[in-house]
Amino acid sequence: MLRTERLVKEFRGFRAVGGKDGVDLAVREGETHALVGPNGAGKTTLFNLLSGALAPSSGRIYLREREVTGLPAHTIARLGVARSFQVSSVFDDRTVRSHVDLTLLAHSSLRTRFLTSVRSLGAFAERTTEVLELVGLGHLGDRRAGDLAYGQKRALELAMVVAADPAVLLLDEPTAGMGTEDIERTIDLIQRIKGGRTIVLVEHNMKVVGMLADTVSVLQAGELIASGTYSDVRSDPRVVDAYLGAHRA
Amino acid sequence: MITVRLVQSARRNQTAGWALLGAGALLALMLPWLVYPPIAVDILAWALFAMSIDILFGYAGMLSFGHAAFWGVSAYATGLAAIELGVPFPLAILVGAVSAALVAVPIGLVAVRTHGIYFTMVTLAFAQLIYYIANRWSSLTGGENGLQGIPRDFVGLEWSDPFVYYHAALLIVAIGFWVAWRSVNSPTGQVLVALRANPARVRALGFSVERYRVFAFVLSAFLAGIAGGVYAIGHRMVTLQDLYWTTSGEGIAMAVLGGTATLFGSIVGAALLVLLEDFLATSGIEATGSVTGAVFVLILLFFRGGIWGAVSAALARLRGTSQDDVLERPPPTGPAVPPSNAAEEATTQGSDVK
Ligand SMILES: Nc1ncnc2c1ncn2[C@@H]1O[C@H](COP(=O)(O)OP(=O)(O)OP(=O)(O)O)[C@@H](O)[C@H]1O
Ligand SMILES: [Mg+2]
Repeated sequence: MLRTERLVKEFRGFRAVGGKDGVDLAVREGETHALVGPNGAGKTTLFNLLSGALAPSSGRIYLREREVTGLPAHTIARLGVARSFQVSSVFDDRTVRSHVDLTLLAHSSLRTRFLTSVRSLGAFAERTTEVLELVGLGHLGDRRAGDLAYGQKRALELAMVVAADPAVLLLDEPTAGMGTEDIERTIDLIQRIKGGRTIVLVEHNMKVVGMLADTVSVLQAGELIASGTYSDVRSDPRVVDAYLGAHRA
Repeated sequence: MITVRLVQSARRNQTAGWALLGAGALLALMLPWLVYPPIAVDILAWALFAMSIDILFGYAGMLSFGHAAFWGVSAYATGLAAIELGVPFPLAILVGAVSAALVAVPIGLVAVRTHGIYFTMVTLAFAQLIYYIANRWSSLTGGENGLQGIPRDFVGLEWSDPFVYYHAALLIVAIGFWVAWRSVNSPTGQVLVALRANPARVRALGFSVERYRVFAFVLSAFLAGIAGGVYAIGHRMVTLQDLYWTTSGEGIAMAVLGGTATLFGSIVGAALLVLLEDFLATSGIEATGSVTGAVFVLILLFFRGGIWGAVSAALARLRGTSQDDVLERPPPTGPAVPPSNAAEEATTQGSDVK
């Protein structure tokens, strides 16, 4: 579904993603693929490459069989790859509903209209309500996003990601900064929005990884050191060395 | 219960809005009876100019210090069309505005790659370049003399009367106001407001951020061009001053004074500064600049959101809560707001080839 070949990203000579030979990542259609690794391993950078926010220094990226290397982020988004951000990035001054409306607008021909009333976004009302109910924000549609609780903001983030019905979700630490209760709710939420979609998930919390992931890939210092089922990867000595054993077992 | 209250308050807002619009329209129609008609025309032109800056700055968060280029290019193009081609003045103004928009395309393509203060400096640099070219290219622009004696013809009527011209200008400028208002309240306007707060997020949603920025820039230049054309026909002449950076500064001052991200504040700000400068000029006070500057500072000291911001806040307080109308609007702009996740944005801009 989503595949990279010898992917490398360097920042002024510093290789954030790539390791020795570049990253070969293969995400199968319909699976939930967790990307784990210590802080600074290059997980977010890899997401930036996959979503087109950054152009790779070398290597290739394929979406289905199509090469998407170097395409701009908005094109990749319109090809059905939606991402969430590690740091919550809702628009504080917008209403909850209008976040979802905005997402739907990106995929609608209304997006370039400038002599049409903003009320035309009412065309999305039904889908917006549906999405908000899916993520449990149905009753908060008219609330200002800045006034939401932390967990609700993360839920809104997920609403924006799924609204346009993308085939691939890139979720960067959806449970970051959450307490146990919110984490449980988020696991449940991700399972609910999954459908037949392919999910790539960056996650530090091993419990979340265990609950959600079909495949786990381990990134260390930009290098993909292991990829397999949770239990396989968990017992891989290099991984234990590099990561799980070290400080997060 | 709550819905009923919201609907009622929305309806009340709407009624208040229409009443305000009606009062404004009436005042606009009567303006040449209240002030000297050529001054009334100046107010119209500057109001639209300030509004064009507000669209870009107040809504999309891009502070252009180069709008003199669009005002001035349009003024020259309008004047040349009327003098050399003898086209009727409304058409000449359209020629001017289209010229301004065309000039804005390459400038916009370059400038939108920069942010905050850099955007401001780049637009200023381009405008000064155009000023320099106009100064040199005197066979076209008349150099220091500028263009003189621009005709004001249209279907054989007697337009030389500034009183009559005012009403034609009002119609043209009102169309410009409408386009400005409509576009900030359009789907595209929503995208612009959102990308000002978080461009990386908006891009990830699937919007081509650069294209929206360029579009906003060109639309703004077109409106600034209408303003410059109306002004040129009003004064029947164009000078290099129209291309000079102080013209941009004046427009920004009016937009900020009136209150950014309000559109109508630009009209108030323009009226205030034009009338103040006219009063100072006719009353023989020497230090025009210092007085205008002092008024500017005082108003912003007491009303951070500008005059319109203060008025609408007072009205909202008078009416009780009713926040709903303010929700989708950006907060009043302070000087050059950097994008909130500048880091993420920087990585997507930088040296990476797309
Ligand atoms: N735009 C950039 N310019 C320079 N260096 C960068 C840039 N983005 C990331 N890096 C560096 O690349 C490395 C990988 O960062 P990245 O954010 O991808 O890590 P991560 O695996 O997501 O870590 P975390 O778990 O803390 O989120 C870090 O050393 C970081 O400092
Ligand atoms: Mg990260």
